[in-house]
Amino acid sequence: MTRFRAPIALVAVVVALVLQVSLFPHLAWQGVVPNLCLLVVVAAALTINAPSALLLGFAAGVALDLAPPADHVAGRWALALTVVAFLAVRVRQDVRPTAVAVVATVAAASFVGTSIFALTGLLLGDSWSVGELLRVVGIAVVWDVLLTPFVLPPLMRLFGRLDPRLAAA
Amino acid sequence: MADTRERRWRGIDRLDARSRPPRSLFVALLLASATLITLDYHGGTDSAMEPARRVVGEAFGPVESVTAGVVRPFTSVPAWLRSQGALGDEIRELEAENSALRNEVETAGFDRNRLEQYDGLTQAAQDLGQALVPARVVAFGPSQSFSNTVTIDAGSRAGIGPDMTVVNNDGLVGRVLRVTRSTATVLLVTDTESIVGGRIGSSMEIGFVHGRGSLADDGGLDLRLVDDAVVPAEHDTVVTWGSSGGPYQPGVPIGEVTEVYSSLLETSQRAVVRPFVDFSALDVVGVMVPTGTTSDRAVVEADGALR
Repeated sequence: MTRFRAPIALVAVVVALVLQVSLFPHLAWQGVVPNLCLLVVVAAALTINAPSALLLGFAAGVALDLAPPADHVAGRWALALTVVAFLAVRVRQDVRPTAVAVVATVAAASFVGTSIFALTGLLLGDSWSVGELLRVVGIAVVWDVLLTPFVLPPLMRLFGRLDPRLAAA
Repeated sequence: MADTRERRWRGIDRLDARSRPPRSLFVALLLASATLITLDYHGGTDSAMEPARRVVGEAFGPVESVTAGVVRPFTSVPAWLRSQGALGDEIRELEAENSALRNEVETAGFDRNRLEQYDGLTQAAQDLGQALVPARVVAFGPSQSFSNTVTIDAGSRAGIGPDMTVVNNDGLVGRVLRVTRSTATVLLVTDTESIVGGRIGSSMEIGFVHGRGSLADDGGLDLRLVDDAVVPAEHDTVVTWGSSGGPYQPGVPIGEVTEVYSSLLETSQRAVVRPFVDFSALDVVGVMVPTGTTSDRAVVEADGALR
């Protein structure tokens, strides 16, 4: 199944992105929705090999930047999700991904990713107060952690099965 | 179950020795992101990323439309589940509001006359003749992207182009930013980047309505009047000031003034405007197109006829 690994990972990103913009806004809390693309990237970084995970993070970020209705400066989510993928790959080497470690990784990834996105916005001249930014980042972290038990295990099982070296082990 | 998981984790550990996070790739991707940001930021409206946005939009637009169509029956369920008591309350509230409004109309003859004059003037001055292309909102930009944009399921094939005015039956929604064949991206007036020329209905004073980036009902918009001697009154209606060539058509209701602040330091009055449109529950919208536009769907003409 190695041949299908890249397409399947990209399909996961596309599905996550479409659900994020078309389904979850109906459940949004103050307009903030769970960042499913970030969850896919974290799941990939915790299972597949590091270079693929980094590339997937970048690709998911570019998709978030360009797919309608995005209108922010392109490249901001790409930067944020690349960093998220890198951090998650590092975490995987430091600790065994137990359930608690996975949830903690998602919380940290969500905080770092959304913050990087917000900070690049401030650098590029967005007029937002820091309090407002922190409120949005906080809600985003809560959403992502809430969805982790439902999204991460199946995704990690899927990605794990796609890696031949893991399947053989 | 525990056994298989244990085995898999061991497999990962063996794998890790070979796949340290590749710093060179990480740095390369960071630089690629920075390049994208630079290209898009300095390019402005004709940046190098616009063709890429269009290609991605052509691919994602139809998928978003289909997904929105699939989830729509489920998201409308809460609306059916309202009890008879709630509906009865709503009728009483609406009746009270109705009589209050009728009262207002009868006492505010002066304002009404002015508004009628204004409407007549605009109709005479420029053949308003705007038709509406109906569309539905299929995707919302998340708040963590810090911009308020939505995707609608009508694009260039429906006769829509950039800078067209988007309304719904309550008032002004926003303007079209860019289109693909089957979808269009709309900048809501609540976005912090959005500035609309506004006019106070009762005094005809002009100003600018700025978005504050909030979708919440109490979010509101900021109105700054050009003439600092004028103090807008509460409950004054704000309509678009508009221009024939610009993005916003004139005379579209935006909202009503709820609070007024005046500071000695600032040169102009600042008022908070509550938009008529409920931005957290957008669904059916209309895009104002020139009359006679060819479209892939029925168009609502200026006289209310379907074509």
